[in-house]
Amino acid sequence: MTEANAPDGTAREAAGSPLTPVLTRRWLSPESWSLRTYEQLEGYTALRTALSLHPDQLTELVKAAGLRGRGGAGFPSGVKWGFMPKDRSRPHYLVINADEGEPGTCKDVPLMMADPHSLLEGCVIAAYAMRANNCMIYVRGEALHCIRRLHHAVREAYEAGYLGENILDSGFDLDVVVHAGAGAYICGEETALLDSLEGKRGQPRLKPPFPAQAGLYSSPTTVNNVETIASVPHIVNGGSDWFRGMGREKSPGPKIFSLSGHVERPGQYEAPLGTTLRELLELAGGMKDGIPLKFWTPGGSSTPLFTADHLDVPLDFEGAAEAGSMLGTTALMIFNETVSVPWAVMKWTQFYEHESCGKCTPCREGCFWLAQVLERMVQGRGTEQDIDTLLDVCDNVLGRSFCALGDGAVSPITSGIKYFREEFLALCESNRGQDTTEEPALAGVAR
Amino acid sequence: MTEQFDYTTTEHVLTPGGQSPTESEERAAAGEAVFGERVRAEARSIIERYPEARSALLPMLHLVQSVQGHVTAEGMSFCAEQLALSTAEVNAVATFYTMYKRQPCGRFLVSVCTNTLCAAMGGDGIYRALSEELGVGHEETAGTPGEEGSVTLEHAECLAACDFAPVLQVNYEYFDNQTTESALETVRALRRGERPLPTRGAPLTDFRDTERQLAGFFDGPGSEEAAEASAAAPETVRGAELARERGWNAPPVPDEVEFPPIPEKK
Repeated sequence: MTEANAPDGTAREAAGSPLTPVLTRRWLSPESWSLRTYEQLEGYTALRTALSLHPDQLTELVKAAGLRGRGGAGFPSGVKWGFMPKDRSRPHYLVINADEGEPGTCKDVPLMMADPHSLLEGCVIAAYAMRANNCMIYVRGEALHCIRRLHHAVREAYEAGYLGENILDSGFDLDVVVHAGAGAYICGEETALLDSLEGKRGQPRLKPPFPAQAGLYSSPTTVNNVETIASVPHIVNGGSDWFRGMGREKSPGPKIFSLSGHVERPGQYEAPLGTTLRELLELAGGMKDGIPLKFWTPGGSSTPLFTADHLDVPLDFEGAAEAGSMLGTTALMIFNETVSVPWAVMKWTQFYEHESCGKCTPCREGCFWLAQVLERMVQGRGTEQDIDTLLDVCDNVLGRSFCALGDGAVSPITSGIKYFREEFLALCESNRGQDTTEEPALAGVAR
Repeated sequence: MTEQFDYTTTEHVLTPGGQSPTESEERAAAGEAVFGERVRAEARSIIERYPEARSALLPMLHLVQSVQGHVTAEGMSFCAEQLALSTAEVNAVATFYTMYKRQPCGRFLVSVCTNTLCAAMGGDGIYRALSEELGVGHEETAGTPGEEGSVTLEHAECLAACDFAPVLQVNYEYFDNQTTESALETVRALRRGERPLPTRGAPLTDFRDTERQLAGFFDGPGSEEAAEASAAAPETVRGAELARERGWNAPPVPDEVEFPPIPEKK
């Protein structure tokens, strides 16, 4: 954001813009990933400001801005930072969760490819605020080009004095390590990520203690999502009121909405929180080939499905929750009338079955049996009773699993049955006795 | 994630001294030969990145794959030795993560997203077509692993490129907006030993080079160019582009920003 780039109109008009590119704005510039471009576009100016402030002022600033975690849970980031102890008797760690893997979610990968320095600048500011001298960026292994770009950016930042010892003569030191994961969805869960970062199987830990008390190597640790941290330099440069000029009272700021599936122009659209799917669909050219919308997820497969009845739900943390789902990662997977809900739900359930870490019984066994039942139904060998069985198993997984993976696993099933029960029923009736294993049994066979 | 390797690690622990070399001892000796001084030095440099040594295990397993093309018994013994862990501890980690391959991997690893959205957009059809073309199933290899033109097929979970659905990756570089035809063309080219360009990411090398990068080594020839390789795509900048066209902006940043006072100590 530069003054030169500011809109001709007033701030009020600007606040009414359907799209508010903040994080995504630099992506348009050639070689936006390079330090040179980043510096030309006000890069690392927020860092200079931040290092002139007291660390606790930054935490207060992020609290005042109302920034909420962009990784799915929406926890207030400033409050999270405030949980970190103020004393330095043990090393503090900042860990960036760049293990983007929630089905439908595809915002952090383009951000790290296009603008890795914004993440790094946010890391230095956040680490300074939390008195951490070590930062680890845990990137999903499959995102190789992001890892490459981040390594490159880290090297550039060290050479320019934005990382390392005595950053910009402030006396503050920070080392950043880019760490590649190895393919496990569960490592997106923050305590599983910490175990993985310690060189173990990625399995979630019991909370409390929370990471701020005992995180990485049992030291005070904060785990933040990529988009959350990349927002921080903008908040330092713009202030909390500016940030609150976008979005809604309890969910302020801009947010990257990722539209995918049956839309004319899928892609990344950065808009104020509270924007509706109807508005976003209009920006994305509407439904692909004009085939009507059937169902969609507001924030990845772990957030209960929405239907065409939910087009006007304001997509912020409160709005999505009030309508019976969750905002999650604002991964809007959009499906038209040609897609079978039970089939989609089966595919997602197979995903959760594969990714269940095996630590707790409800999730490990529950996901396995849910997938079995759904596969049978989709193959036309199900009965009406299977629907009750599914809901019963879901009831025993939801809230009874060790971490949120189990809760997420049942979301598509319970919401799918809630809105499309007749499709599950039709599957039991019309396909009874027929051998329909050819389609779409591939996913099952392939495993 | 609960499958196990087809050997036990207890024999290593239970081997009584003074007997003829056991299988595991032979493996350790073989490991000595496979993982030479250069790899050992690299393993040490991975350890140095972290405050605690064990954090090096995941990158070190990537390093093992860069040497052998998959995680072998010697590879696990090597990691265990470098990190003063038991091979059982290393085994437990190696078997947990999808990206550690237990079978020798081809020069190219083709990962087709068959998660719901990609599947609905054609990913299942692509996987099926590639499976038929290559005559292999999940985690199987067409051709001789490690040799030119060898291709390992796998179906992958969501690859975080949903706006480009359906997608596949070759050695973790993105091939976006695929059709059955384009995917078949890519795989046929790979089988001929060619290296088609990914739509986003660096030009293909081979699986072992990829794994070396995942271990955190970006010092090979062409690594600078690789980082600069284009990842630009219309989907990525669609919102930003539209906003520019329409003159839509975020509110202007104020000239002066007021910061909260330093909170008083409680």
